[in-house]
Amino acid sequence: MIATIRSFIIPVGSVIFASLIGGIVLFLSGSDPIEAYAALLKGAFGSMTSITRTLVKATPLMMNGLAVAFAFKAGLFNIGTQGQFIFGAFAASVAGFFIQGVPPVFHIFLALIAGGIAGGVYGAFQGALKAYSGAHEVITGIMCNYIAINITDYLVNHPFRDTSPGNIVARTPLILETSYLPDIEGIPGGFLISLLSAVLVWWVLKHMVLGFEINTVGAGPDAARYSGMRVQRILLITMLISGTLAGLGGALEIQGVEHRFQPGFHTGLGFEGITIALLGRVHPFGIIPASVLIGAMKAGANMMQFSAGVESEIIDIIQALLLFFVTAEVFFKKMIPGMRWQKGEKLSLRAGWGGKV
Amino acid sequence: MDDITVLKLKGISKTFHGVRANSDVDFTLKKGEIHALLGENGAGKSTLMNIISGLLQPDKGEIFIHGKRQKIQNPRRAIQLGIGMIHQHFMIVPGFTSLENIILGSEPIKGVTIDFQQARRQIAILSDDCGLSIDPDAVTEDLPVGIQQRVEIFKALYRNAGILILDEPTAVLIPQETDTLFKILRKLVKKNISIIFITHKLQEVMQIADSISVMQQGVIKGVFSPEETDEQALAELMIGREVLLKNDYLPARPGKIVFEVKKLTVMNSRGYEAVSDVSFRVREREIVGIAGVQGNGQAELSESIAGLRKIKSGEITLSGRRMPALNPRKMIENGLAHIPEDRLKHGLVLPFSIADNQILCTYYRRPYVHFFGRNPKAILKNSRKLINRFHIKARGPEEAVQNLSGGNQQKVIISREFSRDSSFLIANQPTRGLDVGSVEYVHKQLIMLRDKGLGVLLISSELDEILSLSDTILVIYRGRVCSIVRKEDATMESIGRIMVRGFE
Ligand SMILES: Nc1ncnc2c1ncn2[C@@H]1O[C@H](COP(=O)(O)OP(=O)(O)OP(=O)(O)O)[C@@H](O)[C@H]1O
Ligand SMILES: [Mg+2]
Repeated sequence: MIATIRSFIIPVGSVIFASLIGGIVLFLSGSDPIEAYAALLKGAFGSMTSITRTLVKATPLMMNGLAVAFAFKAGLFNIGTQGQFIFGAFAASVAGFFIQGVPPVFHIFLALIAGGIAGGVYGAFQGALKAYSGAHEVITGIMCNYIAINITDYLVNHPFRDTSPGNIVARTPLILETSYLPDIEGIPGGFLISLLSAVLVWWVLKHMVLGFEINTVGAGPDAARYSGMRVQRILLITMLISGTLAGLGGALEIQGVEHRFQPGFHTGLGFEGITIALLGRVHPFGIIPASVLIGAMKAGANMMQFSAGVESEIIDIIQALLLFFVTAEVFFKKMIPGMRWQKGEKLSLRAGWGGKV
Repeated sequence: MDDITVLKLKGISKTFHGVRANSDVDFTLKKGEIHALLGENGAGKSTLMNIISGLLQPDKGEIFIHGKRQKIQNPRRAIQLGIGMIHQHFMIVPGFTSLENIILGSEPIKGVTIDFQQARRQIAILSDDCGLSIDPDAVTEDLPVGIQQRVEIFKALYRNAGILILDEPTAVLIPQETDTLFKILRKLVKKNISIIFITHKLQEVMQIADSISVMQQGVIKGVFSPEETDEQALAELMIGREVLLKNDYLPARPGKIVFEVKKLTVMNSRGYEAVSDVSFRVREREIVGIAGVQGNGQAELSESIAGLRKIKSGEITLSGRRMPALNPRKMIENGLAHIPEDRLKHGLVLPFSIADNQILCTYYRRPYVHFFGRNPKAILKNSRKLINRFHIKARGPEEAVQNLSGGNQQKVIISREFSRDSSFLIANQPTRGLDVGSVEYVHKQLIMLRDKGLGVLLISSELDEILSLSDTILVIYRGRVCSIVRKEDATMESIGRIMVRGFE
């Protein structure tokens, strides 16, 4: 119980501190922080359309957040979500315009599956590098991100370029409407799928044997080996699933929002998964509100810019501050009574993030 | 011994989420005395010491140092007050030299660099003063445990500790090292350093302590001098019942061979041969003991048998089947149980619950899984049963293992490995860190398992334990089995000699 309350303090505290400092920055740059934040809120939650927009923005964040968190559990830092996301998006768009003549619902799932597989295979490749050659996943992840960007750049320029008359930019053709994700009762389908993914991730980690293995590998790799777990295989499977989540995120973005693959549409989305995962305390049910929060900031940024005259970059500043505070646990331990260091507690780096669900 | 009080605790209480670890503890340490602190596993000894050394804050109570009330907010403050603690798990940087480890955190500075000359001089002076020698340039991780511990002691002395706390320092030492440690402590006491000494070994207490405090369930039950008490009385006070300190067990009736190694050669992590050409067999209903000074290949031997370490050459046969190397799961499924030497690294997942740790090797089997995945009911049921059977002191099966006392952590491993279906058990230092009552219990269980048909390989640096439990004794020296002795023919003296020089 106490632990549960404690686990809320840091994210909530981070949000408060980040907004306060953001407010100071707003004030210093000559705006009225109250007015700006009010506009932000209105833009994010003020109407049905703005709520929908918030949820749409939250969707890829949640998928990437889940991907990062899932890998954290096995002690892996999947910084390659960006590349997995891109490949997922690309595969889904190809499936979206290539496959023809299948019934709508069927087409939606085919494209989603294509995206998930592309991201998963790419993640598994990085997992294999880690497990069987010992290459550090952060290094290979960064490299794989470049590879994904460059390969998809090439593909949309040449083999898969949209050749419709009048088009001069590098992009794929529009996907068929049969593969569009519908809204259900005003809630974007993509958001529902990401919610479902969060529940699934929670179930796997909490109730499945695989989840126990992943948690063990993350919290005690030597004990995992001792108990007979096949650690390398578990690392590979973890990255496969993590990559699948990111890839599925890419597919959702294409089928729900972009409807075609165009280089650069994804800027930074994969990396934001890290912020989301940390803000959500690496727990699927923390990641849901975390992604809605950041999604709301993105959705409300425009309104803030128009009606309060504030540069939307302030959102980036607040987001950076958020990341700073959620990772700076020590800061809170010092600031908040009752959160002092306890015996045996160490400065938590990677292992600390990967605690059990 | 002067009668000056250097440290006084008054009414110290500490509760962890409802668990009373210390309640209303009074404690007095006199100048130049060795004060032993005894108590069963989970009595609250480490907690009390962590409070004195600033790692924990008491909920209530006062601490007086040299008669002055002090608040010890953090370990740095404790060091300023002259308190040095040597933890059971050493706090040294493995790759550093002794010198670097000793000065770490309080380096003498010259300009912007560390003044190593000055440090060297200071260490030499200390060395002369206390008569303990040390090679400042040896890399710490290459040193035997006893010497690593000396580095820790040096580290405290270098910071001018007047009060030295040693939490179970002898648990990891062999008898010779313990003797050396005691000589060192005697010298320190002559220099007016006061020492608090935690141990579970009663004869050590009688041998070295000037006063003895006994703790039970967070309360000090009494303070004695060694003259007015004896081992038996102390054990009973600690555990609250009569304890058999020495046991004679019925001899074994060995059956057929369950386990065999042939010409096993294993390298250690640094690429040297740690186990050379070792062959032996273990039968059903038999305990084979491996006696030896720690670091003579026991760790590599048991790790390679358990499938955790590559073997260079040789064969391992379990239950009649030749075993592949590096496949722990296969070993386990063929009947291996294993109490590993390094409990924190191999034996436990510290953030996990007791219940999850108790199924660490069987988590994927019925009844711990069912159609929907893991079966928490069965996992908890198993845990409750084991917690009762092995008297593990904890709030319940869902308590994280990292919150348990050292001895109770060991009991979690023992409960898991003893209760699993197996035909061969490697018990590496099974009773390290356990209180006398638990040692008695574990020994009885080992004999019971033996009589039920298990073959046991017992590795221990406690010669007493080897002699009282084993039916056959192998002595290992520099990675080779130097002698195979039947229980009837073994004496403490002869085995002790082979242990330290490889021959009679
Ligand atoms: N951080 C913690 N959180 C919860 N309980 C704790 C914590 N630290 C210690 N305890 C509890 O306090 C009690 C006393 O623990 P302590 O480590 O002081 O025992 P000990 O006397 O040193 O035992 P041992 O001989 O086994 O080392 C135990 O019941 C333990 O479970
Ligand atoms: Mg202890």
